[in-house]
Amino acid sequence: MNVVLRIKRYNPETDSSPHFEDFKVDVQPTDRLLDALMFVKRHLDGSLSFRKSCAHGICGSDAMTINGSERLACKTLVRDVADEEDAVITIEPLQALPVQRDLMVDYTRFFEFYRVVKPYLFPAQHVDKGEHLQTLEERKKFDDVTKCILCASCQSACPVIREGTDFIGPAAIVQAARFVFDSRDRGIGARLDVLDAANGVWPCENHLECTRVCPRGIKVTKAINLTKREIKTFKEGGHQNV
Amino acid sequence: MSKTQTHEFDAVIVGAGGAGLYAALEASSIPGNRTAVLSKLLPIRSHTGTAQGGIGAALGNVEEDNPEWHAFDTVKGGDYLVDQQAARILADDAVQAVYDLENRGLPFNRTLDGRIDQRRFGGHTRNFGEAPVKRACYAADRTGHMILQTLYQQCIKNEVAFFDEFHIVDVLIEGHRCAGVVALELATGALHVFHTKAVMIATGGFGRMYRTTSNAYANTGDGPAVLARRGVPLEDMEFFQFHPTGIRGMGILITEAVRGEGGILRNREGERFMERYAPTMLDLAPRDMIARAMMTEINTGHGILGDPSQDDYLHLDATALGADVLAKKLPDIREFCQTYLGLDPADKPIPVQPTAHYAMGGIPTDLDGRVTADGEAGVYEGLYAAGECACVSVHGANRLGTNSLVDLIVYGRRAGRHMAEFVRQADLPTLPGDAATHAEMIVKRSDKKPQPGQAAKIRTSMRDIMMDSVGVYRSGAGLSKAVEQFKALRAEAQDVGVGDTNQAYNTDLLEFLESQNLLDLALVTAASAAHREESRGAHSREDFPERLDERFLCHTLVTVEDGSIRFATKPVDTSIWKPKPRAY
Ligand SMILES: Cc1cc2nc3c(=O)[nH]c(=O)nc-3n(C[C@H](O)[C@H](O)[C@H](O)COP(=O)(O)OP(=O)(O)OC[C@H]3O[C@@H](n4cnc5c(N)ncnc54)[C@H](O)[C@@H]3O)c2cc1C
Ligand code: SF4
Ligand code: FES
Repeated sequence: MNVVLRIKRYNPETDSSPHFEDFKVDVQPTDRLLDALMFVKRHLDGSLSFRKSCAHGICGSDAMTINGSERLACKTLVRDVADEEDAVITIEPLQALPVQRDLMVDYTRFFEFYRVVKPYLFPAQHVDKGEHLQTLEERKKFDDVTKCILCASCQSACPVIREGTDFIGPAAIVQAARFVFDSRDRGIGARLDVLDAANGVWPCENHLECTRVCPRGIKVTKAINLTKREIKTFKEGGHQNV
Repeated sequence: MSKTQTHEFDAVIVGAGGAGLYAALEASSIPGNRTAVLSKLLPIRSHTGTAQGGIGAALGNVEEDNPEWHAFDTVKGGDYLVDQQAARILADDAVQAVYDLENRGLPFNRTLDGRIDQRRFGGHTRNFGEAPVKRACYAADRTGHMILQTLYQQCIKNEVAFFDEFHIVDVLIEGHRCAGVVALELATGALHVFHTKAVMIATGGFGRMYRTTSNAYANTGDGPAVLARRGVPLEDMEFFQFHPTGIRGMGILITEAVRGEGGILRNREGERFMERYAPTMLDLAPRDMIARAMMTEINTGHGILGDPSQDDYLHLDATALGADVLAKKLPDIREFCQTYLGLDPADKPIPVQPTAHYAMGGIPTDLDGRVTADGEAGVYEGLYAAGECACVSVHGANRLGTNSLVDLIVYGRRAGRHMAEFVRQADLPTLPGDAATHAEMIVKRSDKKPQPGQAAKIRTSMRDIMMDSVGVYRSGAGLSKAVEQFKALRAEAQDVGVGDTNQAYNTDLLEFLESQNLLDLALVTAASAAHREESRGAHSREDFPERLDERFLCHTLVTVEDGSIRFATKPVDTSIWKPKPRAY
């Protein structure tokens, strides 16, 4: 079938502002949208700029705004977003992150927020030999948030961030939750200065947009709410994971 | 072109996958060492993150196991082309490597008593081949994702200096001393010279040579190709693994763990055909054997379509696992099937075909990750390699599943350690006056006026030829023809320009560089395969169906100079187990 890719273009070296450009391509309904973009890049316009790598939804490179919603181009089939001949598919960069060129955005700040939550284990105990033990129940408690691929879709979709606030955002909190709820970790105290700050967990207003768009199906809003609760519990009793 | 900047470091690691990051952790744990990691992708996008099934280590958490069995399986799986002391180190150190990852936070799946859970994988056996053993430690079917995340987290903790989206174009080598690398910065298009005492190459695989592959777009073999251009030999390039179960047409990987958990391969008659090819290990025989069995089934009309002239396929039947096991142990696999095939593997079989997956060959190294030259020349001083781009060799002619992740950790660490020690006592070598010249020339080649579609045509031809003539089955005639075709394509590629003439974020230029690297590696792969007139592991010659130890129990070293290809050999270490015929 034929579809029209209506792509938002911006070249910092020549353009003063972004504009849309249409590319008509012949595709299979089961093709990935990334395949269609690669066709444009390799056959129609080599200067079309976007990131990609794994092509099956695991590396987080190609999150973009497709028909108004954040999605991974490689995890979106043409038939998911176009149902008839000559359908127009609108493709824009992620929102709320600065655009570098075409569909490429600047992740610098996004990764800064990731780093400040101290996304690494503060071991509860030192093991000399072998492994920490962890029950199935304990392991299950943080399973969902381990799936995050740092694609920034949630960041782009978050209404609070779109207002231009300094909220650290859903992805950073998901990464913090990955440790806060790990029975082997005791780092909540060390993360409090960021999580319990004005731009930490508290600006979240439960719009649920992050959960809606997350390509990994993570219950992002729930993770944020559980983290808020854990912070309160910790401040009352000084305990984490008990 | 913007002005070239020069940076000075003690050590530079190129690549931020499992191998590069582990080396960075080692290097950064020595105070005073200035280490930089360069990566063409944001580190967290590296291909290690896609590894699914597991990392092998004889922990014995679920059933009796020991590292000696693991080492033996590795050697036999590699059809005796494995260097045996290297395999011993791999298997012995794997145990502590997995504990280290766990201690640093990796969320492995757990057993009922809270230990790291383990499952079966192809070619891993109890007691030297008696029966399958549960050796693969795993975090659902995103083991690689968790390894990459854990290592990146630890690097952040250690404040490792990253240069993200820096793409190396050249490695500076004078005589046998490495003095640094030259990289292109994506954001600006500027070249940067990194002047350093030591360099480690950890750029991963190059499955993108093939039409159907499990590999990411980024897997273009830049490290080996850049070194080959500098006269460094490459080892055992003829051995490229086809994984039996890629999603039909797309090549997306369906992990062997599906079979480890009980999945079965079936032909159009519904027969479990592996009973005829590998009566003991069945669907858990090594990958080379299964891929060949599948091609034989397809070529004899037992594919699902029953028509070898079409792009035929087989079924991977995971219905017996049930929705619960799939959800707990293979959730991503289930999701891939739902997303890309519109089916649930709990109800329906998965259509699969062999997919180009893993490079056994690569940059030759010694046990400390030092890059070795051919013949008597010894090692390159200050040049290291680790991970999929390197060849220690622990995978020989065919890698066992779960052994790549072990390789990254065990040899990434050994190389990182050795390099950290080396830079403590070494002096900074002199930087050649024309450090950036060679790189400038390479980048400048792209200035030609592009012919529309020409680059795409060359790339498509390369991938088709690799698939058809340098795939699961090969023949002398097909390989010789492929070599000639690649020479012609390389000549043609000299005239391909780059459409995008901007400086900032020029991904078109990167694709140009990557394509040239792939073409170079396609040429040496085909040439090495033509040179080896025997069948061993993943290299299967129709005209030479037997393994010929008298002539070919040796590693191939290949060098390309001014378009002519030179071969040398390197002995295989068989000091522990005598080579035997391989049966499963
Ligand atoms: C789908 C899939 C599943 C797999 N599952 C398993 C499994 O279950 N168990 C197992 O043991 N193995 C598995 N493997 C194999 C294993 O994942 C890889 O071999 C391994 O991850 C490679 O790691 P690496 O560190 O060598 O390279 P990669 O992780 O590929 O990293 C390469 C790095 O080099 C950088 N780089 C590349 N070129 C340049 C350049 N020119 N300049 C600068 N930087 C550059 C990249 O940015 C990247 O950071 C799997 C492979 C695939 C494809
Ligand atoms: S939580 Fe989901 S949407 Fe947000 S960065 Fe992680 S994977 Fe992407
Ligand atoms: S390319 Fe990796 S997530 Fe889409």
